[in-house]
Amino acid sequence: MYHTKTLAELSRLLQKRETSSVELTRAFLDRISTHDKTLNSFITVTADQALAQAKHADAMIQRGEAGALTGLPMAHKDIFCTLDVKTSCGSKMLDNFISPYNATVVEKLAAAGMVMLGKTNMDEFAMGSSNETSFYGAVKNPWKISAVPGGSSGGSAAAVAARLAPIATGTDTGGSIRQPAALCNLTGLKPTYGRVSRYGMIAFASSLDQAGPMAQNAEDCAMMLNAISGFDERDSTSLDKPVPDYGADLNRDIKGLKIGLPKEFFGDGMAPGVREVINKAIEQYRSMGAEIIEISLPNSHLSVPVYYVVAPAECSSNLSRFDGVRFGYRCKDPQDLQDLYKRSRGEGFGAEVKRRIMIGTYALSAGYYDAYYVKAQQLRRMISDDFENAFKQVDVIMGPTAPDTAFNIGEKTSDPVAMYLSDIYTIAVNLAGLPGMSIPAGFSNNMPVGLQLIGNYFDEARLLNVAHQYQLATDWHKQIPEKFI
Amino acid sequence: MSLGPDEVKKIAHLARLAIDDKDVEGYARNLSNILDLFTQMNTIDTTGVAPMAHSQDVSQRLREDVVSEHSQRERFQKIAPQTENGLYLVPKVIE
Repeated sequence: MYHTKTLAELSRLLQKRETSSVELTRAFLDRISTHDKTLNSFITVTADQALAQAKHADAMIQRGEAGALTGLPMAHKDIFCTLDVKTSCGSKMLDNFISPYNATVVEKLAAAGMVMLGKTNMDEFAMGSSNETSFYGAVKNPWKISAVPGGSSGGSAAAVAARLAPIATGTDTGGSIRQPAALCNLTGLKPTYGRVSRYGMIAFASSLDQAGPMAQNAEDCAMMLNAISGFDERDSTSLDKPVPDYGADLNRDIKGLKIGLPKEFFGDGMAPGVREVINKAIEQYRSMGAEIIEISLPNSHLSVPVYYVVAPAECSSNLSRFDGVRFGYRCKDPQDLQDLYKRSRGEGFGAEVKRRIMIGTYALSAGYYDAYYVKAQQLRRMISDDFENAFKQVDVIMGPTAPDTAFNIGEKTSDPVAMYLSDIYTIAVNLAGLPGMSIPAGFSNNMPVGLQLIGNYFDEARLLNVAHQYQLATDWHKQIPEKFI
Repeated sequence: MSLGPDEVKKIAHLARLAIDDKDVEGYARNLSNILDLFTQMNTIDTTGVAPMAHSQDVSQRLREDVVSEHSQRERFQKIAPQTENGLYLVPKVIE
């Protein structure tokens, strides 16, 4: 029953030689082949490569060269370039794309000895909050098959929630790690912008994108974050700051911790069942000795419009590289160069990606640039300043991760704006570039609810500490959906 | 703010996206709703606020001007839609 164990527990089993990497890898590959027909959480399963990596890891363990992650299986969101393995980004555009290189995150986890089981499903180019925009079809929520797992890292979320992989990578541009983690009862962490290299992570909105772990608990998140963090000269926005041991502070007492609750996050937008769970979680922290302080983020209600100007503007520029010339999809029988560009892109991209490219193109076009793009960037600074002021008063900020539990597949597909509002509590964190987490906090109508923790810049160790202390006192994060026990 | 079919076609052209005529109306509706969302931004006076492009106040790093990548043309062209003699092929541009 390896799948019911956390990454840290599996690591101890390997170190004590009570199992081998090959045995673990086979066990998880078996679970994928049994359960993924139901969930559709993987786009590509790399069984042969995984077993080869596992044998290599076992040899490292035999030689006494193993680190904490050596031999442990994991899955990568299909947004990370993986050498000689299909890297689709959930799009028809890249359905035939075999990456000629590895992303830095992939390289680092492989060097740590982790075993890649495969590549997980996602919203097309990470644009979505439900995993329904994937070219490879919707992913199902293991807690309720008719519901979405959230997005855009929905495949990673479903795979870990159903224990088809002990841990997975995700990326978060406006909530794409935290929101699916909340909807699937996982612990997910979006690091400070610049903490983890974006090299080889297919770009959506470059000033917002950040990679992070999606795991069963804070301890497992810390293990992966230790391996993926750090300066990378190949990413021009990577920050050259020392990487602490994220596991070192987990057991620190949180007595006297100052928790800020932004009143804007507790307004009418939140479902009553979610509010009840969040309030209980805050009470739990109070009983553990934390001080609860009401704060205000007065401009946070503008995060959604600001984000939907900034992110599409950056996406329209980033996605101009997909032109049918050097790699990816090319239309049949192009009449001329213009026709080749237009039809390759028109046929290769799905509807939501096209919508965002058009919104971005419009917002950046002559005559609208000041009214939309510059205005949004000014508001971005105001939203960011609100956080700066709040962190003069408090150590962490808490609130809901998402306004409601997982909605049903198809429920919001016809109304993009309704879908965008699923990220109302997560987006401001990306605009400011702060680290954020979602941790399991309970259930409403048998569906998981996530508590969001927001930290100051480079305060990931504190977030993990605050999450871990809660997880020592509660067992929400240990709940596994019945069908997948 | 609402966009008509002609504006949608113009934006699609600027973005080099072929879209079906039957989809133009749907895009016009969706894009107009998104633009409506943007009008909320006008409720706040931002006079004198410096635009923020990026969360970290850092400048572009420089490095020595030395060769850092080696040629991988064959590897890269293996995944290209159409190549010949080491060149990427596109439809004829100059008559």
